[in-house]
Amino acid sequence: MNVLNFVNAFFSDSAHWHGYDGIPQRLLEHVQYTLMALGLAAAVGLPVGLLTGHTGRGGNAVAFVATAARALPSFGLLVLIAVVVGIGLLPVMVPLVVLAIPPILVTTYEAVRSVDPSPVDAARGMGMHESSILFRVELPVALPLVLSGLRSAAIQVVSTATIAAYVSLGGIGRYIIDGLYQRNYEKVVGGASLVAVLALVTLAVFWAAGRLAVSPGVRRR
Amino acid sequence: MESVTKRYADGTVAVDRLSLEIPDRAITVLVGPSGCGKTTTLRMINRMVEPSEGTILLDGEDLQQQPVTTLRRSMGYVIQNAGLFQHRTILDNIATVPRMTGWGKQKSRERAAELMERVGLDSSLGKRYPYQLSGGQQQRVGVARALAADPPVLLMDEPFSAVDPVVRKGLQDELLRIQDELGKTIVFVTHDIDEAIKLGTMVAVMRTGGHLAQFAPPAELLSDPADAFVEDFLGADRGIRGLSFFPSTGLELATGPVVRVDATAEQLTAPGAPYLLVTDADDRPLGWAEPRELRAGEITADALLPYGRPFVAGTDSLRAALDCAVLSPTGWAVAVDAEGRVTGVASQATIGEAIRAAHGTGSTAGTRAGERTGDAAADGPADVTKVAP
Repeated sequence: MNVLNFVNAFFSDSAHWHGYDGIPQRLLEHVQYTLMALGLAAAVGLPVGLLTGHTGRGGNAVAFVATAARALPSFGLLVLIAVVVGIGLLPVMVPLVVLAIPPILVTTYEAVRSVDPSPVDAARGMGMHESSILFRVELPVALPLVLSGLRSAAIQVVSTATIAAYVSLGGIGRYIIDGLYQRNYEKVVGGASLVAVLALVTLAVFWAAGRLAVSPGVRRR
Repeated sequence: MESVTKRYADGTVAVDRLSLEIPDRAITVLVGPSGCGKTTTLRMINRMVEPSEGTILLDGEDLQQQPVTTLRRSMGYVIQNAGLFQHRTILDNIATVPRMTGWGKQKSRERAAELMERVGLDSSLGKRYPYQLSGGQQQRVGVARALAADPPVLLMDEPFSAVDPVVRKGLQDELLRIQDELGKTIVFVTHDIDEAIKLGTMVAVMRTGGHLAQFAPPAELLSDPADAFVEDFLGADRGIRGLSFFPSTGLELATGPVVRVDATAEQLTAPGAPYLLVTDADDRPLGWAEPRELRAGEITADALLPYGRPFVAGTDSLRAALDCAVLSPTGWAVAVDAEGRVTGVASQATIGEAIRAAHGTGSTAGTRAGERTGDAAADGPADVTKVAP
């Protein structure tokens, strides 16, 4: 009953590396769900966060929406929507997007709000357009925080995307749920460690993105 | 820039029916206590704040008639703490406005490098980021950035308030030097009356509530404050400070008490002065001594009293001359020429006469002597009564 034995057994079984239930296929599905949910959440959270942060208006509304969305249980939402619209991608996407929006929205809002006002004043005084001020003055400085919001959203989505398996979809959750039903703990532990690895890879991706996208003048090294 | 009349109100009145004619190609300083509306006034010129009543004219044209971005790009803007873009290199910071107005990247960078030199920054700093620069250097970059597109107007909002006094003095001297070269129309906001007097061609003193208390050249401000508020704001030693505006040209210099180090015994006793200034063979000052302590042919520099800081006759102001006299152990100021050769000495009484004469003729020349080239030591408080012999 050693966890490491389970991990070893799971990954050394060559049957787990091929076909529609193989690790590459499940990983790909999992990454697809994650990217889709993160993309949708960013499409909502980033523009709203940038705009409210730039204008300084709507801060209370942002906080309210974020708190309300955080209070929604992902699994409950999944079941509820599956009951209403039936099995499919939609019942998976709704809870994942709802989960990802608050960290993106709130951090982006706070990141832009907390940019030093004097460069913004200088930029405005030298005749820069408002959109340029947002994208060329505020965003580059706010970027590390914005990325950290995206990163925590991504981590949460990676681990929560396992629920897709409950509504007959794929992803790494497949191993965990099937394993539990089959009392195959080797499969459960293997799936869980895959999720953990994927979360670490996500961290590495965001670290690299930060190195590439954030100016050395903002990183201060 | 011509006539400026503006009125501003939104619940509280920040600037109240203010009329100012800001002279072309000169530095106009808006000075006053906090909450007097000086920054609001400045920000109305580039329409960061819109006036609620009245009009602002630039070269006879209403500012309201121009698109706001065009207007702002034609005016350099320098603020406290510089407000640099920390994600951009120094060169790119300076090149911001040229890039916005469609200059090529190469041309903008060349222009930026040129400006770094003009504001006294080493070109090796160009590739650095703002956080790697000191406060004073950042402020120089702020000035360079404002000048980059060669705007005819420069608006400066307390640009030197956040740096220490030594750096501030350097920046002020640099601004005056740049202004001598470029001749921009500069509007400068400060709460520091000394800065206003040092930099301003014209100084507008404002009082709380957005009223103009006085608008005059600094010399006139010091000699003839409009009311008790202005007088109080100028501080206690405005009489001494006003002397900065009187050149020492008319000062009568005595050459009698000046002797060379190789003087004969006869030359040492002839002047009959209580003290003699001994110079070397090239007429450079060595120090003071009482005639009876000197023996011909045996004068050594070690035995002499220090001569303090000489003033340059004709170039330095009467303030510098008086300061020399006050600091001198003998009460006599040493006058030198541009090469540092002694041209004579002046007693406090002689300087006093020159001051009275200057006040009598009322010749408050617009250019101030000495101040521009910097005399840090002379800026200290000059307490005449204590040091007088």
